[in-house]
Amino acid sequence: MADDKTKAFAALMGLFLAAAVWAEERQDPLGLGRTASDAEIHAWEIDVSPDGSGLPPGRGTAAEGRVVYTAKCAGCHGPTGTEGPADTLVGGQGTLPGPNPVRTVGSYWPYATTLFDYVRRAMPFDAPQSLRPDETYAVVAWLLAENGIVSRDAVLDAASLPSIRMPNRDGFVPDPRPDVK
Amino acid sequence: MLKAAVAAAGAGALHALALPLAAEPADPTKIPGTPPSAYGTRSPHERSRRLPRTSTSLTPLQDLHGIVTPSSLHFERHHNGVPQIDPSTHRLLVHGLVLRPLFFTVDEVRRLPSVSRLLTIECSGNSASEWREPGGATVQETHGLTSTSEWTGVPLATILREAGMKPNASWMLAEGGDAAAMTRSLPLRDVLDEALLCYAQNGEALRPEQGYPLRLVVPGWEGNVCIKWLRRLKLGTAPFMTREETSHYTDLMPDGTARQFTFVMEAKSVITSPSGGQQIRPGFVEIRGLAWTGRGKILSVEVSTDGGATWRPAALHGPILPKCHTRFVLPWRWNGAEAILQSRCTDETGYVQPTRSALLTARGEHSVYHYNGIQRWHLAADGTVSNLHG
Repeated sequence: MADDKTKAFAALMGLFLAAAVWAEERQDPLGLGRTASDAEIHAWEIDVSPDGSGLPPGRGTAAEGRVVYTAKCAGCHGPTGTEGPADTLVGGQGTLPGPNPVRTVGSYWPYATTLFDYVRRAMPFDAPQSLRPDETYAVVAWLLAENGIVSRDAVLDAASLPSIRMPNRDGFVPDPRPDVK
Repeated sequence: MLKAAVAAAGAGALHALALPLAAEPADPTKIPGTPPSAYGTRSPHERSRRLPRTSTSLTPLQDLHGIVTPSSLHFERHHNGVPQIDPSTHRLLVHGLVLRPLFFTVDEVRRLPSVSRLLTIECSGNSASEWREPGGATVQETHGLTSTSEWTGVPLATILREAGMKPNASWMLAEGGDAAAMTRSLPLRDVLDEALLCYAQNGEALRPEQGYPLRLVVPGWEGNVCIKWLRRLKLGTAPFMTREETSHYTDLMPDGTARQFTFVMEAKSVITSPSGGQQIRPGFVEIRGLAWTGRGKILSVEVSTDGGATWRPAALHGPILPKCHTRFVLPWRWNGAEAILQSRCTDETGYVQPTRSALLTARGEHSVYHYNGIQRWHLAADGTVSNLHG
């Protein structure tokens, strides 16, 4: 009986100890940092996800995009997006399993939203984040039209862009490594 | 003259013959030396330098000793230059699936409980030149996109605890404050234990090209996820599918599929001396090199001097740390005959560094990243060393 009581007491103490350790390890916040307002977050939140979240208001067409591309992109990517010297943007569909794979927006990129995100955050290379939302939608429309993914008269905006299915959407697999014996 | 040129180029001629001095130097025991200085510089006789290219510079592994890379020689990779950032105005925003979206100043990050770890960072493109042909003449060119520092900072978990992670948060977007706004998605369950937000490197503030004033360091993972000039962490429920993790840092396979989120850097070793571009003389040679693995610690390194016919265990210099360069050495007497030198390492998971041909068999020849094949150096009878494919 005494043995049982001792055991019960020890178990209870053990529980208290575990709770104390848990509280210690959980560690309450240290209270540093300042609350960020919605407006402050919005000003920095330039990422666009495949579901379209993060896309700004605005719209653009391939015809409008051709003007933007020629003025601000062709200098590095070539007049049709195939000449370089920077990354090839157009063509290459069907080449990935072959002897000379050509990785482009049209042949390789799995999400159209990524193109918007990347052009907005990092292009043009000499003036990143300088394109207006309409210009970004337009240049994305032109590149997708050149790749035969949207029609030349398609209007891209926050509603239509996420619904585009890229040719290589299912081309990616998880990391199987270690894969070499 | 040729040797002098090679040494000046940073290729580091091993055991280079002493050059005749142009003039007799003054006897330093007979003239007073220079006074103390506020910030030290190396001897003017030391010429080791990084090898700058368009968007990278490579570490001169052939010139280095031990495991720490001097901050000045740490490799660089940036996606649109090195930004000039004033730490007094820099902010880190933590938001998304958190209870309290927060801005941190750099001073506030420095106030949080700190940790320091010796860790290696390797660009996933390190040795990419070697997939198809012997692309680099020196070990700096073939393997110079890896470096080791003592990194000091705050555990990622500490910062996220301040903001309060929501239970459904599973992926984190990390964004840099550079002109590429370099961005990667990371699975929280894998990075929460080890990732650090670092503000110091080898005892002093980060160098600008290493992310000053704040960078992410994810031990054992490809360097591009160690976002530099870190300005934003956003928690979500899925990967954000940025350009870097879809079109860029993915690995195209022969069947046309591409591997995505190939984060870990697998076990790799290389002989750093004698290595390509150097010249040795017959007699005693200490074969020296580095081994590392993103999966933990290096267990052993073997060295062959006969093209892989026989292997001998190298000695490992301590400390042998996880996810960190480990120095290995093997004493050798070169008899002056042509030889092929190579090393292979085994990590604590039992993974053995593969040959180039085994890598090609598994992945084809259009993969760009994660090349960790055995590096062979050809030693000619005249003592010159050159890159040789296996």
